[in-house]
Amino acid sequence: MALNSKDILETIKMIQEENLDIRTITMGISLLDCIDSDIDKACGKIYDKMMRLACNHVRNGEEIERRYGIPIINKRLSVTPVAMLSAAAKGSPVKFARTLQRVADETGVNYVGGYSALVQKGCAAGDRQLIESIPEALSVTTKVCSSVNVGSTRAGINMNAVALMGQVIKQAAEATADDHCFGAAKIVVFCNAVEDNPFMAGAFHGTGEPDCVINVGVSGPGVVRAAIAKMPNASIDEIAETIKRTAFKITRMGQLVGTEASKMLGVPFGIVDLSLAPTPAVGDSVAHILEEIGLESCGAYGTTAALALLNDAVKKGGVMASSRVGGLSGAFIPVSEDAGMIDAVHRGSLCLEKLEAMTAVCSVGLDMIVVPGDTSADIISAMIADEAAIGMVNGKTTAVRVIPAIGMKEGDTLEFGGLFGSGPVMSVNRFSPSKFISRGGHIPAPLQSLKN
Amino acid sequence: MRAVIAVIGKDMVGILARISTICAAANANVMDVTETIMQDLFAMIMLIDISKCTEDYAVLVDRLTKAGQEMRLQVHVMHEDIFNAMHRV
Repeated sequence: MALNSKDILETIKMIQEENLDIRTITMGISLLDCIDSDIDKACGKIYDKMMRLACNHVRNGEEIERRYGIPIINKRLSVTPVAMLSAAAKGSPVKFARTLQRVADETGVNYVGGYSALVQKGCAAGDRQLIESIPEALSVTTKVCSSVNVGSTRAGINMNAVALMGQVIKQAAEATADDHCFGAAKIVVFCNAVEDNPFMAGAFHGTGEPDCVINVGVSGPGVVRAAIAKMPNASIDEIAETIKRTAFKITRMGQLVGTEASKMLGVPFGIVDLSLAPTPAVGDSVAHILEEIGLESCGAYGTTAALALLNDAVKKGGVMASSRVGGLSGAFIPVSEDAGMIDAVHRGSLCLEKLEAMTAVCSVGLDMIVVPGDTSADIISAMIADEAAIGMVNGKTTAVRVIPAIGMKEGDTLEFGGLFGSGPVMSVNRFSPSKFISRGGHIPAPLQSLKN
Repeated sequence: MRAVIAVIGKDMVGILARISTICAAANANVMDVTETIMQDLFAMIMLIDISKCTEDYAVLVDRLTKAGQEMRLQVHVMHEDIFNAMHRV
């Protein structure tokens, strides 16, 4: 047999026992040709274009699942930042959100991302209007996700937008207070946002992208953990090597699925996002990988170093496995979606400050973190500013997705259910950053030399 | 197009016969079979050619999976490309 039975059994074990899956196939669709000064006409064009391109997206995904026997958890769509359409059209941008929801319902996709604005240097026409409409848009829709880019290494940080986003997140949580404050879980605030990210809530279709493209996000923290568990006495070099090998295999699967999906849909293949995306399922946790490397509990001293090693090895292994790598690529550390992180918070070993340090070396940022409902908008803005500063200075993507749990306090738990898990309400430093946030203005872009 | 059928579980009489009968009924040619013991479990791996298969691939997969359930065995049917992609540089 040309195939090795050991390889076959290894693959089956990865899928059956170690939760290996394709996390998402995301179709990016440009809406630039749907711009119209009449908002209703624009919505009509959006609906027609998206339905034309994406009507078979879910069915094709299921067909690939069957053929290869690999679970594909999400089928998603991402679109051009809606602020660009809103700039031309008069009227409430919430109409666009409703159109995206209608497309999501009729195509059967899990989420549509791109209710977004890029304001790292300032707000253009449509941007402010869109940002202010986010709480309403997310409360009247269930499948629309929103993101706002407030900073970049080249542009600096737009502190006016940072101040605004603190309020927007708070309002989104309040508007969905009877639905687990879920509105806030559908907003990401970025620094150095990428244009081809297939993961939610931050996916949008950048303006430098082709008209329509397929991006794939792979997952598999459980596979990496299982591989490390087999080498209890290995040195760190050997662990890095094993993670690279494992990441290679996982990414090859993503590459295959992406190529296949793009062939079936007649749409160009974009990128594979080599991310270790955890789920609340037992054994599918990034925190457990760090613990397997040798930490008693995630959050202990050494966590940042172990995460840096993991993140880098995943990229090195994945890059060789795919013709095009992009998106966020790295290890995600969403607290509520990771059983190991949740336990670490309950144990008292993982706090917000440690998570912030971890974001300096991992894929994204403060992700799916539940904070007390009475946390002020200014404190949330200041968290965003800190995170954006880490991204800006280190030339990496960072993000904030915090959920103020309205009516809850530290120690309570906010249950989301499904892939979003449950979030322990974390303790927040209450000293006021209000004066800093209220100054407004812009943090200049950092120097790219004299790096110390 | 070739597919891999992997049957994992407790060894018993008639596994090969049952699986290959289902393949034969769908005109899927069995090209190779290997059997191994993996941590006390029996594992049979079969390579089949489904290019002349008279049944829809999904129907064949359903039949094989159902037969597996009746024999209390795990049956996985996967396109061979996935293994080539994952385990070959």
